[in-house]
Amino acid sequence: MIKNFFIAACAAAAYFSSGVASAQAGDNQGQLIVRGEYLARAGDCVACHTATGGKPFAGGLAMATPIGTVYSSNITPDKTNGIGNYTEAEFDQALRHGIRKDGASLYPAMPYPSYAKVKPADVKALYAYFMNGVKAEPTSNRAVDIPWPLSMRWPLSIWRAVFAPGVAGDDVADVGSGAQIALGRYLVEGLGHCGACHTPRGVGMQEKALTDDSSQLFLSGGVVEGYLASNLRGDSKDGLGKWTEQDIVDFLKSGRNGHSAAFGGMADVVSNSTQHMTNEDLVAIAKFLKSLAPVKPGEAALVYDEKTHQALRTGTDQSNGAMTFLNNCAACHRTTGHGYDQTFPALALSPTVNAKDPASLIKIALQGAVMPGTKAAPTQFGMPGFGDRLSDGDVADVLTYIRSNWGNNAPAVTADMVAKVRKSLPKKVAEADMTAQR
Amino acid sequence: MAIKKEKVDVVMVGLGWTGSILGQELTEAGLQVLALERGAMRDTNTDTPYPKAVDELKYAVRGALFQDLSRETVTIRHGVGDTAVPYRQHGSFLLGDGVGGAGFHWNGMMYRNLPEELEMRSHHEQRYGKKFIPPDMTIQDHGVTYAELEPFYDFAEKVFGTSGKAGNIKGKIVTGGNPLEAARSNEFPLPPLTYNYGATLVEKAMRESGFNPYPTPAANASQAFTNPYGVRLGPCNYCGFCENFGCYMYSKASPQTTILPVLLKKKNFELRTHSHVIKVNLDSTGKKATGVTYIDAQGREVEQPADLVLLTAFQIHNVRLLLLSGIGKPYDPQTGEGVVGKNFAYQYNGGINVLMPKGTQFNPFVGTGAGGVGMDDLNADQFDHGPLGFIGGASIRHVRYGGRPIKQTVTVPGTPNWGTEWKAGVQDAYQRYLTIGLSGSVMAYRDAYLSLDPTYRDSTGQPLLRMTFNWHENEHKMLDYIGNRMEAVGNAMKPEKVFKAVRKAGSSYDVRPYQSTHLTGGAIMGTNPKNSVVNRYLQSWDVSNVFVYGASAFPQNMGYNPTGLVAALAYWSAKAIREQYLKNPGPLVQA
Repeated sequence: MIKNFFIAACAAAAYFSSGVASAQAGDNQGQLIVRGEYLARAGDCVACHTATGGKPFAGGLAMATPIGTVYSSNITPDKTNGIGNYTEAEFDQALRHGIRKDGASLYPAMPYPSYAKVKPADVKALYAYFMNGVKAEPTSNRAVDIPWPLSMRWPLSIWRAVFAPGVAGDDVADVGSGAQIALGRYLVEGLGHCGACHTPRGVGMQEKALTDDSSQLFLSGGVVEGYLASNLRGDSKDGLGKWTEQDIVDFLKSGRNGHSAAFGGMADVVSNSTQHMTNEDLVAIAKFLKSLAPVKPGEAALVYDEKTHQALRTGTDQSNGAMTFLNNCAACHRTTGHGYDQTFPALALSPTVNAKDPASLIKIALQGAVMPGTKAAPTQFGMPGFGDRLSDGDVADVLTYIRSNWGNNAPAVTADMVAKVRKSLPKKVAEADMTAQR
Repeated sequence: MAIKKEKVDVVMVGLGWTGSILGQELTEAGLQVLALERGAMRDTNTDTPYPKAVDELKYAVRGALFQDLSRETVTIRHGVGDTAVPYRQHGSFLLGDGVGGAGFHWNGMMYRNLPEELEMRSHHEQRYGKKFIPPDMTIQDHGVTYAELEPFYDFAEKVFGTSGKAGNIKGKIVTGGNPLEAARSNEFPLPPLTYNYGATLVEKAMRESGFNPYPTPAANASQAFTNPYGVRLGPCNYCGFCENFGCYMYSKASPQTTILPVLLKKKNFELRTHSHVIKVNLDSTGKKATGVTYIDAQGREVEQPADLVLLTAFQIHNVRLLLLSGIGKPYDPQTGEGVVGKNFAYQYNGGINVLMPKGTQFNPFVGTGAGGVGMDDLNADQFDHGPLGFIGGASIRHVRYGGRPIKQTVTVPGTPNWGTEWKAGVQDAYQRYLTIGLSGSVMAYRDAYLSLDPTYRDSTGQPLLRMTFNWHENEHKMLDYIGNRMEAVGNAMKPEKVFKAVRKAGSSYDVRPYQSTHLTGGAIMGTNPKNSVVNRYLQSWDVSNVFVYGASAFPQNMGYNPTGLVAALAYWSAKAIREQYLKNPGPLVQA
């Protein structure tokens, strides 16, 4: 019985070191493929290039753009529908320059402006992995769902010329202090393409900053699929100011830490990508993120206020916000607002709660959220959605309450804001019983 | 013509507690393990999130998480001469269903066993003489000692995130715990759940009466906790919706909250739900299992070959499967021969209901599954039975389960069941009424057994399991005695009134009121194939690549809840499979 499993393991190892390069087989090619697999994890290629329930890297995932829907392409080594006929140079053209084999420009849904920062040596490894380490799938590519004339591609080459940076060389300069921060910058700006979600975008839908420049816009927060991808700079109120490096490493490794838990698109990022990265790389990312100056440097740090807890315990706060909190939220998030470490996130002094844009909060309150299951922390604690139980007014009241108690200090949420988000959700998130509205 | 699947190393029937434990252990050993679960997938996030989980009507009254008895049930009769009829509504026992089984919605009482309880026959013969055990009382030794099981109890408690206080660590008595417990190697992984007001009163009265109260061990995590598998449980928040409900705080130990988050992700573990095993298949010699046959979700018959077959379903289903598959000789109560179905036992419960003076405020809605105060002075053979004329005792505990409106608005005896007076009775008693529960042991008897029913069949056309069972005088005497002793404890609480709720001698087993789901025996473990179905490793004496788990292995039932022992035996057996059986498949014990 155990023999069978052992034989299967040997076969898997053999598969990895065989392939096109078997003639030059030996440790080098094998190592290159392994490195390429790791880099593909860091770049999270699988997340976009795999349809829900589809074969890995075979494409087909729908992505909304301002002009219509595009579908990710098949990047398996299939020779008909995949990239099996791409040379390494053509692979690099697509990955870092945004130009397809046939010369057409890629939609910036492919974050090639970020991948431009990837070193040629790493591109080589990625190419080796995609050609030899990925199973070829014949899945055909879906055409874009964009009406003519918007479907014309030549404007993309203009976009590319205006917004895409030059590609990196192998000698990535060590600007600033320390090799670790340089490694962190390399991972965050490049394969991590964190800015694709966490940096605000301009009129041309371009990231407003691709590096930590004087604008201080890099990783200062962006809205993606209705969620606020939070500010990752040094602000203590709504950024990573209060997080230690270890907090960041824990978050990326396990999807949760003493402050918070990953939700929305970030849950997938942790699950598919960052949980697979080495501790060394995660520490480097953490060091780099902690080096980012706050957007609002003068802003005073928030201070925990015990009065809220006391008011809830004694029942002196009978407002709709307080009562809704007690009846729906307090079991897990507690009357202290502290939640439970590594289990139910804290609301008190939480950057997510204190972000000016309440998009994430409204969405989570209505439809709930589930933590990613990771190797380091397998339990997927879930928050139920309250959209079918709370009216727009109740959600607004409780979120306003949360954002103004325990020392939190963020603008109120209105029923209209909630209604807008509710409209954008899938129908199966049931409507609230409107008689509950106050 | 049956569909035939690819052979797997291990096939398990049912994915509840023992299936999850064995699945985890054997996949760690590198085996390819397949779990066939006839019910549906079930999980906290999908099935019992807050606040949907706290629906008393749906879960406690209509039993949404329980087995659908219209598809399969058991038939029950009191005596060998009677005609058994089907159990058509959930009452006395509540059968689990789906992934997690009853482990998804139990209370979480997590006991070990008292030292003498694994050697009931030899212990009683030694202490009281051979004649003390009546001839029709067929109690037996388990064939394994507490010392052998201790490390597995220890590990199981950690996996379950058990809250409690040790009373005896490596022979040293520790204040605050149970001084009568069998020696443990370690403290509990979590501190005990907090006593509520009622528990403090009961504790005081127990102590004043000369007994040794201690916090009841609970698989309801008192704090957020990461178990040895890296799986994290949330903290119990005393919501009062425990037994019958899924836990939305992730704090009640269940396969879902303790093992499945790692097990389900393994490449060498496969779960097929809606796969109803109807038979274990044997080769032509009848001594080796070749796999199982099951009905899949589409209703097709499928043959699943396997090297190792583990019966990890609930007790009655395991016994039934052995009978339907022709593994082992069925027990005949007339001749006393045969073993499969023998020594069926249950739980004999009662209570001391205490009405405290007006103005007492228990706040009964603050409830847990297993948190409270207990005592073992009148349990097992912890007291001299010589002059008393019965065997066994009771695990005594006050646990406040909740104050729910439909089934937990208890009134004092004599109150009408409806109308104005009933309402007044509820209002009067709600804040000042508590129960000291008596969970009595049930011995094994010649005439209490399981077999196949001659008339009734399930939805697949196979005979239902028939339960032949009634109370015996021994248990009446036992609980009557204990009831009297505990009435004094009730009175020591300075109540307005105490009501002793103990069955009258001679009363028959009534399937209607809820008792407990601690059905035991039928595939009992032992040292002799002539009087047991499985050996001390839970391996079938007849078919050495079949192992049978759960409380079906108990030769008789103790006062304690069974899950702790069920889990310890599962881990103990898993180790034997990993370290002995896999190296040399075959009988682990020479008969």
